[in-house]
Amino acid sequence: MPVTPESQDLLQVRDLSCRRDGRRLFAGLSFALGAGAALQIEGANGAGKTTLLRTLIGSAGDFDGRILWGGSPFPQSLPQLRESLLFIGHRAGVRAGLTPLENLVWYGAGRDDALRALEQVDLFGFEDTLCQELSAGQSRRVALARLYLPQAPRLWILDEPLAALDVAGVSSLQGQMAVHLSRSGSILFTSHQPVALAGLQRIDLAEYAVDEFADEVGGAYAFG
Amino acid sequence: MAWQWFHRLGSPRWFYERTGVWLPWLALASLVLLTVGSVWGLGFAPQDAKQGNSYRIIYIHVPAAFLALAGYYIMAISGAIGLIWKMKLSFAVMRAAAPIGAVLTFVALFTGAIWGKPTWGTYWVWDARITSMLILLFLYIGVIALARAFSREQVADKACALLALVGTVNIPIIYKSVDWWFTLHQPATIKLTQSSSIDPSMFYPLLTMIVGFYCLYTWTLIAHTRTLVLQREWRTQWVQQELAEGNRGGD
Amino acid sequence: MPSVESLSGIAPAASRAAPGFGALLKVELLLVLRKRADIANPLLFFVTVLALLPLGVGPEPELLARVAPGIIWVMALLATLLSQESLFRSDFEDGTLEQVTLSPQPLYFAVLAKTAVHWLVTGLPLALLSPLLGLMLNLPAAGYLCLFASLLLGSASLSLIGAVGAALTVALRRPGLLLALIVMPLYVPVLIFGTGAVQAAIDGYAYSAQLAILAALLAAAAALAPLAAAGAIRISVDN
Repeated sequence: MPVTPESQDLLQVRDLSCRRDGRRLFAGLSFALGAGAALQIEGANGAGKTTLLRTLIGSAGDFDGRILWGGSPFPQSLPQLRESLLFIGHRAGVRAGLTPLENLVWYGAGRDDALRALEQVDLFGFEDTLCQELSAGQSRRVALARLYLPQAPRLWILDEPLAALDVAGVSSLQGQMAVHLSRSGSILFTSHQPVALAGLQRIDLAEYAVDEFADEVGGAYAFG
Repeated sequence: MAWQWFHRLGSPRWFYERTGVWLPWLALASLVLLTVGSVWGLGFAPQDAKQGNSYRIIYIHVPAAFLALAGYYIMAISGAIGLIWKMKLSFAVMRAAAPIGAVLTFVALFTGAIWGKPTWGTYWVWDARITSMLILLFLYIGVIALARAFSREQVADKACALLALVGTVNIPIIYKSVDWWFTLHQPATIKLTQSSSIDPSMFYPLLTMIVGFYCLYTWTLIAHTRTLVLQREWRTQWVQQELAEGNRGGD
Repeated sequence: MPSVESLSGIAPAASRAAPGFGALLKVELLLVLRKRADIANPLLFFVTVLALLPLGVGPEPELLARVAPGIIWVMALLATLLSQESLFRSDFEDGTLEQVTLSPQPLYFAVLAKTAVHWLVTGLPLALLSPLLGLMLNLPAAGYLCLFASLLLGSASLSLIGAVGAALTVALRRPGLLLALIVMPLYVPVLIFGTGAVQAAIDGYAYSAQLAILAALLAAAAALAPLAAAGAIRISVDN
């Protein structure tokens, strides 16, 4: 789907408030993420960063407000969003019983592309080792290698991508994020540490925090 | 709007305020019906030609068994409504229905066992109905145990609703297979309940008891759901007001 | 400003390669075969418990022959159940399950592939082992073929039904007994028709009707259970 002027902002969030266990975590959040743009979500633990990401990928449905993908609202546009989504969560999605290479192939990569990606995350020589034998940091890098595949989807949503990475890993990842932006991809990520990316927008969820329980107004949850 | 009443019905607050008015009437109706039904059934209905007085336990057994099964469907349907329309109240009804249904199933089993002693000479027989009832009890226990296993209420609600729905699909298959199994192993000797052939003088008190049990069930379900609603919504303004009024002794 | 050409490095929406059903099966099988102990355990459990039975009820051949179909079936049921707890566990813990829910491919096929592999490494070997256990428990000769066939069909249903329970409890830390509690009542019809078929075969009656019902149960379970399990996975992942 080529970028048309109307859908310049791929992902739009308007007056979003998310709940977890009936408790409102934040409210009044609005932002837009266009092609070639990156957005960092900040906030203390429990501010709702992960819940926000999970809401945006459609895994958590307890929210008020509007989320639009390519101009059309959730949940109708959720399948389209997921087709162009690469999500790496707190649990990285790396199978311990497979090798790094097999893991990447499972995510749809070709063998050569996968090998090149593994080399870029500094796992050259480990491609045939079972992931259960890798260290936590290495295992995390297997997941991040998905970002180095040439056919990477356009929208990246990453939960703490820099966690458990060493200095070299962080700078390599920042480089790859810049490459993705230059190919007009979009990145939305959470991170505690500062990230050097040109044109990076930042949102601190603490500014949207609410300390109140959702009172009954409409009666039920948002329908749909 | 057609949806508006549905929306309002889904509101825990609306439910709480409205049902507060119904409760005393339901309690009164079930008290009257159950008293009339049991005095009539135990004291005035004629003796059974074969079973003598022991048949009179049907006045408890049959209504309990009716509601035990109906209660499972009430639980599953509430769960389905909760899953489909994400209605909070509906999940509360589902969660309230589970222990009530389990208790009724137990009552049906227990009275069945008491009845079994004079009828078959033993407290437990692997009769098709009793076996099905026992499996129903296990299905209820499964839902209750699953609900308790989750620390997050909302996940528990959805998981229980799904399990209850799976159980609903299975119940007819289980009942049919148990029936088949029973006919295979021992030919039916005594049919426990055949309301069609029962004499009107025995049937009317039974009908009174069944209606009474339905009233009692509704009363219990609403009362339990109200408690759950208060527990779940206790931080909202209206519950705080409600509790404050309660503490002042107001009505 | 991005131009259309500059998007060439980004995959167009539909081309994101989702693994086909065959590829799913292959990966699941590979994962299972790398943990051979997990395959052996249910089978060893099955054999060990059945070897204990004569020690409990006595070695009289007539008595053993009478209880053999039921006991073999109940033990096959327990062996399936015990191995089912781990069906989605590692995938849940490492986040693969979450990734699968985000995939454009229906979750139904992922569950079906997992369940099929579970059956291949538990139900199928149990069915293959059953004649041996029949021999040990003095099962009458007429029952062997039917025992094998009924276990073959029935254990597939057990795997499918158990997958729903496994998916519901995957987010819990120690689901073992809870899983048994919620799944066992659902196993009743399969158990009844499985043992019923074997008993009919031993008594010299036709048992094709029972096998047909087992096949019908399997068809229904294959159609519905993965759907329910998929729903349960979405609930569990949101934990």
